[in-house]
Amino acid sequence: MKWEAIAGGLGFAVVGVAHAFGLFVAPSEAAMGETGRMLYLHVPTAWAGMGSFLVAFVGAIGVLWTGGKRWDALVESAVEVGIVMSVLLTVQGSLWARPTWGTWWTWDPRLTTTAVMVVAFAGVLVLRHLVHRPERRAMASAVATIASFADVPVVYLSVKWWRSLHQPISNAGTVDTLMLVPFLVACFGMLFVCAALIGSRWRLAMSRLEREDRASDLPDRPVPLSLEGRP
Amino acid sequence: MSAWSQLLGCLYKDLLIGWRGRARLIGLGAYALVLLLLFAFAIGADPVALREHAPAYVWLAVLSASTLLLVQSFQQEVEGGALEGLLLLPTDPFALYYGKAIANLLILTLLTLLSFPIAAILYDVSLLGAPLALTGVVVLGCAGLAAPGTLYAALTARTQAQQLLLPVLLFPLVVPPMLAVVRATSLCVAGDPMGQLSSWVGLLGVFDILYWSLGGYLFARLVEE
Repeated sequence: MKWEAIAGGLGFAVVGVAHAFGLFVAPSEAAMGETGRMLYLHVPTAWAGMGSFLVAFVGAIGVLWTGGKRWDALVESAVEVGIVMSVLLTVQGSLWARPTWGTWWTWDPRLTTTAVMVVAFAGVLVLRHLVHRPERRAMASAVATIASFADVPVVYLSVKWWRSLHQPISNAGTVDTLMLVPFLVACFGMLFVCAALIGSRWRLAMSRLEREDRASDLPDRPVPLSLEGRP
Repeated sequence: MSAWSQLLGCLYKDLLIGWRGRARLIGLGAYALVLLLLFAFAIGADPVALREHAPAYVWLAVLSASTLLLVQSFQQEVEGGALEGLLLLPTDPFALYYGKAIANLLILTLLTLLSFPIAAILYDVSLLGAPLALTGVVVLGCAGLAAPGTLYAALTARTQAQQLLLPVLLFPLVVPPMLAVVRATSLCVAGDPMGQLSSWVGLLGVFDILYWSLGGYLFARLVEE
C-alpha cells in the first residue's frame, strides 16, 4: 500500500473524529453561535492551502537550485492542491459569511488578498500549459511560483494591516479547551489529507514528465517513408 | 567591461530603442488617455466620485498601459535573437535585467507624470497639495510595476499568447504595491490629516525592495536555461 493511501485514510479519519467533537461536544461560539462551527473545517482548509503553497515555494527553490524533475513535479502538484484548497476555503467562507455578515462576498482585505493569491497561482498552471520545453517550463514556473508566494504573507497579515471584517488571528489562550482540542486535531488531520493529495498528484506529475522525456527522443514529425531505390 | 558599464550600456540601448520607437510610446500615452476617458464614461457625470477615485483611475490606466510597454520591451530582443547575442558577448544577466527594468521605470514614470495633469483636468483634481511627495510616490509606484513586469515579460517572451499571459501573471502580483500606491497618491492629492502617508509609502518601499532584489536573481536563472 502506498504511503499516500495510508496518510489520506488516517487524515480523513482524524478530521472526521475532530468534526464529530466540534459539532456535538464543543460548546457553540459565544458571538457567532452554531455558524461558528464552520471554523473546525474552514481554518484547517486555510492551513492546508497555505501549507501547499509553502511546499510549492520550497519546490520552486529546489528547481532553481538543482533543476531536478522531482522538484518540478512537486511545484506542479503543490500548486494544484493549494488552488483546490483555497477555492474550497473561499466557498466555505462564503457559506459562513451569508448568515454572519449577510452577504456571500465582501471586498474585505482577507477575502480580496485570498482571491488574488488563487488567481496568481492559477497563472502558474496556465504558464505550465503554454511553455512546452520541459527545462524552460520548470524554470519559468519556479520563478512565477516564487513571485506569487509574495502574496501568501500578505494574506496572512491582511487582518492585522487593514481594518477587516474578518476575524483577527486568534490567541489559543482565549479559546475554551473543548473547542481548541478538536480544532487543532482537525488542522493536524487536514495536513495529512493535504500531504496525501500532494503525494499522489506528485506521482502523476512525475510519470507525465518521465513520459515526456522519453517522447522527446523521437523526431518532431514522423519521418516519411520512402520506397525509392528499393528493388 | 565592469558590471556597472554593462548596466549603463544596456540602459542606454533600451532608452535609445524607446526613443527611436517613440511613435509607440505616444500610442501608449494615447491608450492611457482613452482609458481615463472611459472611466469617466463608466462612472457617469458624478464629479464627486470622479474626484475621489481619480488616483485609482490613473494607476489602473498606467497598469493597463504598462503591459503593452513590457510586452514590447522583450519582443524586440527575442525576435532578432538579440537576447542570445547579448548573453553570448557575454553580458551579465544582472546588467541586462536592471538596464531594462530601469528603462521601463523611466518610461512608466514619464507616462504616469503626464497622466496626472490630464486626470487633474478631466476629473477636476488639484495636484498642488504635495507635488514633491506625489512625484516620489509615482516613482515608487512605477518601481513596483517595472521590476516584476520586466521579469514576467522575460518569462513570457517565448510563450504562446504572451499578451494574455503577462497580465494574468503580473496583475495579481502587483496588487499589494498598487493598493499601497493608490492610497498614498490619494493622501498626497486629498491631504493627509491623520499622517497615514508614511505607512503606505513604507509598505510600497518594502515591496519595491523585495521585487528589485529578487528580480535580478530570478532573471539570471531564467536566461541561463
